[in-house]
Amino acid sequence: MSEIVLQIDGKEVKAQEGMTIVEAAKTVGIEIPTLCHHEKLEPYGACRICTVEAESNGRKTLVAGCLYPVESGMVVQTKTEKLHSIRKVLVEQMLAHAPDAPQLVELAKEYGADKDRFDKDPSFCILCGLCVRYCAEVKQKHAIGYMDRGPRREISFIPDVAAKECWDCKECFPLCPTSALQAAYVLTEALLPEQPEEEADCSCSSGCCGG
Amino acid sequence: MPRINSPAELEEFRRAILSKRDDKRPCITLCSGSACHATGSEKVADAIMAELESHGLKDQVDVRRTGCHGFCEQGPILVVYPEGISYLKVKPEDVCEIVSHTFKEKKLVERLLYVDPNTGDKSSHEHDIPFYKNQQRLILGLNTKIDPKSLEDYLAVGGYQAMAKALLQMTPEQVIGEVKQAKLRGRGGAGFPSGTKWEFARNAPGDQKYVVVNCDEGDPGAYMDRALMEGNPFTVLEGLLIGAYAIGASEGYIYVRQEYPLAVDNLTVAIREAEEHGFLGKNILGSGFDFTVKVHRGAGAFICGEETSLLQSLEGKPGEPKPRPPFPAVRGLWGKPTNINNVETWANIPVIINKGAEYFSSIGTESSKGTKVFSLVGKVNNTGLVEVPMGMPLRDIIFKIGGGVPNGKKFKAVQTGGPSGGCIPEEYLDVKVDFDELMKMGAMMGSGGMIVMDEDTCLVDIARYFLEFLSDESCGKCVPCREGIRQMLKVMTAITQGKGKEGDIELLENMAMATQGAALCALGKTAPNPVLSTLKYFRHEYEAHIKEKRCPALSCKELIAFHIEPAKCKGCGSCLRKCPANAIEGGKKTIHVIDQEKCTKCGTCIEACPAAFQAISKLSGVPVPEPPAPSARALA
Repeated sequence: MSEIVLQIDGKEVKAQEGMTIVEAAKTVGIEIPTLCHHEKLEPYGACRICTVEAESNGRKTLVAGCLYPVESGMVVQTKTEKLHSIRKVLVEQMLAHAPDAPQLVELAKEYGADKDRFDKDPSFCILCGLCVRYCAEVKQKHAIGYMDRGPRREISFIPDVAAKECWDCKECFPLCPTSALQAAYVLTEALLPEQPEEEADCSCSSGCCGG
Repeated sequence: MPRINSPAELEEFRRAILSKRDDKRPCITLCSGSACHATGSEKVADAIMAELESHGLKDQVDVRRTGCHGFCEQGPILVVYPEGISYLKVKPEDVCEIVSHTFKEKKLVERLLYVDPNTGDKSSHEHDIPFYKNQQRLILGLNTKIDPKSLEDYLAVGGYQAMAKALLQMTPEQVIGEVKQAKLRGRGGAGFPSGTKWEFARNAPGDQKYVVVNCDEGDPGAYMDRALMEGNPFTVLEGLLIGAYAIGASEGYIYVRQEYPLAVDNLTVAIREAEEHGFLGKNILGSGFDFTVKVHRGAGAFICGEETSLLQSLEGKPGEPKPRPPFPAVRGLWGKPTNINNVETWANIPVIINKGAEYFSSIGTESSKGTKVFSLVGKVNNTGLVEVPMGMPLRDIIFKIGGGVPNGKKFKAVQTGGPSGGCIPEEYLDVKVDFDELMKMGAMMGSGGMIVMDEDTCLVDIARYFLEFLSDESCGKCVPCREGIRQMLKVMTAITQGKGKEGDIELLENMAMATQGAALCALGKTAPNPVLSTLKYFRHEYEAHIKEKRCPALSCKELIAFHIEPAKCKGCGSCLRKCPANAIEGGKKTIHVIDQEKCTKCGTCIEACPAAFQAISKLSGVPVPEPPAPSARALA
């Protein structure tokens, strides 16, 4: 691993090749906000709150600081007006799902985010995937996964696996940046015995009155 | 099937095929691409066989089922050789006449010829039809000459010559050099220089490398890749082979979306034929180069067209993008150096190798070389696949080739580049279509979708539609894409429903900026384009929706009302009979009235009202006039 020199927020930084921008910034005391990042886990790049401006070879691009590798001679800005306003919008969008999550409230203060800018849709989950990835990468149990895609994406425990693995573990609970209770709820829900189908009154075949 | 072991044997085989063929022998070619298939080319083919049989001509006339000819509006398309007479919209019952007139009496079947709607002129040959006349069909041209299931057809028109030349006469570096010199840019959307991309993969360390064909076309209204893959799978395969040789890959994958069964069928046949002839496998043409290909069927997710998602999907994982770097050229499929190109990009390779970089780069503009296939759809007279040299003005594509907007309506905008492209208004129609010019307009080349819109189209609603598509197709991994598109869609929906608020435009712009800047992959980064480009050119329409609760195009259902003008109504009852909602009151010799409560705004009444009366109109932003009192409705 060779040492390279780059510039972050005007400071000269000596970093190891292969380091990410977030890691390199930390060595000189520059904190870049992160939510879905965890030292023990593979970089994922979902929350994008760590977005920074990186200029190399004359090209200026916005990149995710938690996974973009440092390059020699790179010039990084972590606190521009544009970044501020991007982070503000992202925090506001996440607050729509988890309005009281301590980390989000903290970020909201820093970026002047309005927790009421978007209609509340409290799923209490920002899909950072820390629980999913921790279970897969560290515990290697794959007891929790993503379902569906796009705006319908959610996390779910896999009942068969969770029934065997989760009661003695629950290590994913404290990782959750929004609400450990939500994880507990989702887990419990996954483990409930299947509800017997109720006698349906309607004549449709889809069993819409089942619940 | 003989295995062909050297270029000399290939040449000998080709000569044997050609010697069996006679240019003067009568031949019927019938377009059997997906569009013509849908309009009945299957039945026409059956009719041709039966008709030839009954005339005892079966052994004297060849019948060739080809891929897409491009003029899908006018399908099924039948061409009679050696004359090259082109018959359009052919029905099974026309076949009898074609055989008896054209084959036996050498006369034209006038009613099946193309008639120019503007001049009334008839065209008997494909190359005389304005739709074709202004194109340069470098890539699509062979579609009309070959049966996509016949390797012999492909060899007869010079197929696999580029492969022989590359493998035996050129070094991999020379092949890459030729592609670089040709200045070919990737046809999948972003327009990255293909030669440079190949070079990255070639120079990446590793023994095992892969090449991949991206045939996961998912843009609404676009079918360039499908037509190429269905109509000429050989040329894609040949391009891939040459690329594999240049990059040093021994395995290739063709990722075809599940929705393209005919493409998969034809491709599978092409691969099998290539294997049997020794164009795939070990020691191809005795060059020492080994290469195998597998077809992978994608489940049909738009995001899988993005290269990192496609690779994840190929590996059997959920199709979600991965951050770059590392680029696939360094760490792609199963962590090995991988080069992915779109179908059309690969199809350009044999042309470049056969005709040379100089020829290729003589076509097009300074920054964009060669031709580009567009799928021209929407409110345009001649819909279909169009291949033109880069740099042709939009106006020529839409009006010269496309024949303009139907029904005397006014052109309003053209949307280029698929769902995340942009809308270009009339005042910029003279822009020369290439990668950079479109980008400057706030639109993009994308893979080549081109949707023409007329005055009846609401651009706010169009932007909303594309956002809805992208929201559905987002994988949902990153916040700016998942939440950004979702929230933008909410605002856009409210605006089109007349629930827009002061400040919505600024909110949209703010969210668009965040999504554009922070999203993980190109789907998210470009998702705000429909909103931004319509805001740029049609901001007044947004304002009309928000401030005046008015849809200027009279299109957004929540903002319009249908109204029967009492002075024009003749009480004929046409609209009343057709209205599916029973929303029209009236009777014989009585002025009809629309019950606004019951009206579902489907527009059936406007269509039903005889053109001579034109008594029904659409209103927006103004109150619906009170209907005449029941006592005053009687007509004399």
